[in-house]
Amino acid sequence: MADVTAPPLREFPVPPAIQPDAMAASQPYVATEKMQEAIGFPGKLVDDWHDKAIAKMGELVGKYRSLRVYLDACVHCGACTDKCHYFLGTGDPKNMPVARQELMRGVYRRHFTLPGKLFPKLVGARELTRDVLDDWYKYYNQCSECRRCSVFCPYGIDTAEVTMAAKEILDSVGYGQKYTNEIIGKVHKIGNNLGLPGPALEDTLLGLEEDTLEETGADVKFPLDVKGAEVLLVTPSADFFAEPHVDSLIGYAKVFHAAGISWTLSSHASEAGNFGLFIGNYEQMRAIAMRIREAALELGVKRIVVGECGHAWRVAYSFWNTLAGIGSGADDPFARMLQSQLDHRYRQPTHICELTWDLVQKGALVLDKEANDHRVVTFHDSCNVARASRMGDDPGGQFEIPRALVRAVANRYVEMRPGTTHEATFCCGGGGGLLTDELLDLRVKGALPRMESLREVADRHGVNFMATICAICKAQFTKVLPYYGFNRSMVGGVHQLVSTAIRLGAKQ
Amino acid sequence: MATFFAGLFYLAAAVLVAGLAVRIRQYAGTPAPLKIPTTPAPTTKGGVALRLVREVVLFESLFKATLWTWLFGWVFHAALALVLVRHLRYFTEPVWSWVAFAQPFGVYAGFAMVAGLAGLWARRFLVDRVRYISTPSDHMMLALLVAIALSGLAMKYVAHTDVVAVKAFFLGLMRFEVRSLPADPLLALHLGLVAALMLVFPFSKLLHAPGLFFSPGRNQADDPRERRHLAAWAARLDSK
Repeated sequence: MADVTAPPLREFPVPPAIQPDAMAASQPYVATEKMQEAIGFPGKLVDDWHDKAIAKMGELVGKYRSLRVYLDACVHCGACTDKCHYFLGTGDPKNMPVARQELMRGVYRRHFTLPGKLFPKLVGARELTRDVLDDWYKYYNQCSECRRCSVFCPYGIDTAEVTMAAKEILDSVGYGQKYTNEIIGKVHKIGNNLGLPGPALEDTLLGLEEDTLEETGADVKFPLDVKGAEVLLVTPSADFFAEPHVDSLIGYAKVFHAAGISWTLSSHASEAGNFGLFIGNYEQMRAIAMRIREAALELGVKRIVVGECGHAWRVAYSFWNTLAGIGSGADDPFARMLQSQLDHRYRQPTHICELTWDLVQKGALVLDKEANDHRVVTFHDSCNVARASRMGDDPGGQFEIPRALVRAVANRYVEMRPGTTHEATFCCGGGGGLLTDELLDLRVKGALPRMESLREVADRHGVNFMATICAICKAQFTKVLPYYGFNRSMVGGVHQLVSTAIRLGAKQ
Repeated sequence: MATFFAGLFYLAAAVLVAGLAVRIRQYAGTPAPLKIPTTPAPTTKGGVALRLVREVVLFESLFKATLWTWLFGWVFHAALALVLVRHLRYFTEPVWSWVAFAQPFGVYAGFAMVAGLAGLWARRFLVDRVRYISTPSDHMMLALLVAIALSGLAMKYVAHTDVVAVKAFFLGLMRFEVRSLPADPLLALHLGLVAALMLVFPFSKLLHAPGLFFSPGRNQADDPRERRHLAAWAARLDSK
């Protein structure tokens, strides 16, 4: 692994001077033949990769309006150039969103536009050489698909769409990324990203029941595969054993227990995460979402609730209705099969924060805010929740509801600097399928903007807890916080705070 | 010369209209299989229309991004709009009253347009990030627009052209008659550059104009839980 170095924190963050090729050595491991073939991609780079890649690009441009419009519309205005956390942390100009897009746009122009065919030099059109393909692999794996740039683009150009298309093309010619594709193989085969089989999951949950009983004296259940339960909880599999994730899982269980809602997990769909999103592959994403549909039909649940996971909530909120008919308002037989079973007095699917906040508002939970008084809390908006989803009925509910929940369970709350939160939030640096050790240097550098605003509130207000609702954010921060001189246990879930404050058995 | 420019403008107008029509049909005909509005986003179609109006009229997102680029970009586009309105007087008889009203503003807008373009162009040299992403065509497009504006201003303030004759020429074109055009080199330059702009428009980054209206990040309503959004190619997967 390359040296991992954290850039110095700056008091007045200004965009760095560009440093060409600063991150040219950063790339993730390539997927093995076995991993590629397990999910239907060519095992290794095919001989006619050039023609195959161009053909795939043509296919995608015909299937996705986003890609077609985004490849045409950019005017190189530069609005996005200082918005990417990876650029801010590395100075590599190919990490400026427009330059990242340009790696593909150049090839698109050469093959799909008249000026690019006639005057390639003039319009920056380029042939897809092996060097360009390698650049794709490197720099599309330095984008966490967080969409911060799309907030500021005057045309709403979304680099994530371009990155996803690039990954889709790379996969189709046998140049896949190990971390993501291995995980997709696991979820298809076993049902979760960690490859945790049913019996092991059952064991883990029993252990949690014992721990929670010991801690609270209440018989809080962690049910698995219970037919006829009202709620199916789908949560990132990291919640089952990773720290600090598991503390939020305990929080969800306590909320269900306190509110008297019958619920269950599913061993068939024991994963909310959907890495099909990261590689932009509709079929993979759909196949993963279908497991949840199947589990919901099998268990006969009335509600589907999603745990703390950023990209999973994007897929659940924005795509599940499309991919697998999990939602409301459909009139086709495929979607009606499930939707006629669901209780549409509730939002389908529901975010766990929506569920808990509704209960708080109804006064259904007993909360002891003082229990969190040892914490000074701030909230890190996770990119996919902030910019690609919603909670509640009004735009912006994805910001207000988790904050309202934090304030309901903790007395001391501080916001980070404006421009680094809400829709302008900075990615943790580990999203989009980059949460792998060989990319640690990139991840540490990409965390710089968030670390700067955290340092500010830590110094001024004594913030010692950064709450977030994303499994990837939690894992990423746990790893990179020490590089910036913070304690790794500073990060945790919103339901970890709920778990601390909630009083069980006090109200019948 | 009149025949040459008549032919050129018929060609340029045809290419502009047909080229844009093909593009717009292509955009409209390409499916958007997933709901991907950049949130927070409006939840209704009316809200989306308002969002697009704010983007088109105020450049809302650019305003949030960088003030300088917004200032230069907005001034240029607003000035260009005024200048275009002013030029309607060469195509209408009698001149519409609101065009006549805009006339004095349109003249000054010519200067604002040059100032905006100069600012935008300066960024391509002065800001290292923007310099890095600039292609020769970016510079040429700015040069073309600046040259159009300067040649137009020169006809107003340096060497007057017989605008009455110019108007007669264009009114003639609209009735498919070729009338005479003043043999003025500045006018020839101005008209030639405008025709060039019309010719490259549908093939260049100037497509950002229609592109905005088809950008799923901006034109989709945020209602995926309430409605099932399904593209035709994706719907076929359901019946497999």
